[in-house]
Amino acid sequence: MLLSGYFSALDPLALFRAMPGSIAQGLIWGLLALGVYITYKLLDFADLSVDGSFATGGAVAVMMIRGDMNPWVSLLLAFGVGMLAGLVTGLLHTKLGIPSILAGILTQIALYSVNLNIMGQSNQAVSVDKYNLTVSLRYVSGETADKIKVFTTCILFCVVVVAILYWYFGTEQGHAIRATGCNERMARAQGINTDFCKVLALMLSNGLVGLSGGLYAQYQGAADVNMGRGAIVIGLASVIIGEVLFGKLCAGKKLAFAYTLFSVIAGAILYYLVLSVILWLKFPSDDLKLFSAIVVAVFLAIPYLKNKKKSTRGL
Amino acid sequence: MGEMLKIENIRKVFNAGTINEKVALDGVNLTLEEGEFVTVIGGNGAGKSTTLNAVAGVWPVDSGKIYIGGDDVTKLSEYKRAKYLGRVFQDPMTGTATTMSIEENMAIAARRGRSRGLSWGITKQERDKYREMLATLNLGLEDRLTSKVGLLSGGQRQAITLLMASIQKPRLLLLDEHTAALDPKTAAKVLEISDKIIAENHLTAMMVTHNMKDAIAHGNRLIMMHEGKIVLNIAGEDKKKLTVSDLLTQFEKVSGEEFASDKALLS
Repeated sequence: MLLSGYFSALDPLALFRAMPGSIAQGLIWGLLALGVYITYKLLDFADLSVDGSFATGGAVAVMMIRGDMNPWVSLLLAFGVGMLAGLVTGLLHTKLGIPSILAGILTQIALYSVNLNIMGQSNQAVSVDKYNLTVSLRYVSGETADKIKVFTTCILFCVVVVAILYWYFGTEQGHAIRATGCNERMARAQGINTDFCKVLALMLSNGLVGLSGGLYAQYQGAADVNMGRGAIVIGLASVIIGEVLFGKLCAGKKLAFAYTLFSVIAGAILYYLVLSVILWLKFPSDDLKLFSAIVVAVFLAIPYLKNKKKSTRGL
Repeated sequence: MGEMLKIENIRKVFNAGTINEKVALDGVNLTLEEGEFVTVIGGNGAGKSTTLNAVAGVWPVDSGKIYIGGDDVTKLSEYKRAKYLGRVFQDPMTGTATTMSIEENMAIAARRGRSRGLSWGITKQERDKYREMLATLNLGLEDRLTSKVGLLSGGQRQAITLLMASIQKPRLLLLDEHTAALDPKTAAKVLEISDKIIAENHLTAMMVTHNMKDAIAHGNRLIMMHEGKIVLNIAGEDKKKLTVSDLLTQFEKVSGEEFASDKALLS
């Protein structure tokens, strides 16, 4: 009886209505996930500055728009401050010898204060009625023209960023970064300045995270000092979901790297779709971060456990 | 013919001031003329690989000077020295980037010592050149340019690392026990490739080995190290006449120990 009551309270249409919003969020967070992909996968560096730089991007974009800056230009600035955050983490790690995880945590904590200073308080709103925002939650549920606008903008950002990353990691500099992430001794033996490459990759990654934060703040109509809490986990979840589900499809193809980058964005979209289903199932929203952590833990464990099974069979 | 490598009285102490203090290099002096191919032997901990690492700049030496082709490199960091050097390591995993393709690895090596900008990491002409270079190895790698290096065997990787080391002619080639991790047949093949690459490119080279036979059969000069010093130096006609038993006698003479415990005897 209880169950049937539960199921009858679920409204399939509500789930359907939530989908476009989840997809838009997934596209925006997909940019963050691409940033995480650069550090976590290409550089082999678990960069926790992300939680801070995401909010910094949001804070800068919102404050600039409130100061009547063009929202598009504010996104450029969000990208720029993200790069600065990456620079700090990079220098802490390479010049001062601080272990990678700790360097990221230090930047993240420092940015919390920086973000409060940028906003002057713990959050700042930017109303879609007052400013011509690039993306907004309102557009998603608004008229068709608005809907088209928000999705075109999000998709455009993703496609352009993937194209630029595809090009960049095919250049001499991109090769050097990939070699640094794969095998530092080899990279140095081939004359690559591995410290420089690490800083560069961290800057690029956090720049994307800042951009994603700037877009997301506009999307939700406010920047909040806590908006980046757990961002790294969502980024990792996207990267790993993309890899586990689409990894085999991407491998060996002609544009394999571009497909891999798109699969990261697809991972972010899937993450938000699953999240909307879970919310729809009346899962308490307080437990969402617990859910995110479990998703990441499970997907990280799968390849490890599979390998373990294989190797014991081998013996 | 000029001096390609000059090491002047270098010293290196690891864990100085601790209970684990180890004098790894105790005043090493060595000069290599252009075109010399020296094999380096000695027991475990004699300082063979340490000498190569000092030349490569893996860490700074405590004192002494290192010149490569006349340039003082003593203070240069490892990645800056790399433009003068080709290096192949004992562990086949070390010399290549496994998640990158064969052609990408070679393209990275081809840019050693140059600034890396925003032009393409690999060009069409390069691909053709790499295909030809790989074909000379006779390992069937010329059709696998886009294969990930991680999929290759240890021997194949060492062969590619050798190509990478010579793709831009280095002033000095450093081979650090680069066949020690391979099975005997593969090791022989990799040594053959090493000889060929050194001869064709007229390279100056240092090869550390545990294998006395290899040390005698390859190169035109041989040095023996013991306790961080060079204790024996044989070149020219003397080296050609050298036998394993000569070397063992020499070793016992200079060190006052028997070499028997070392795996060198087994080979």
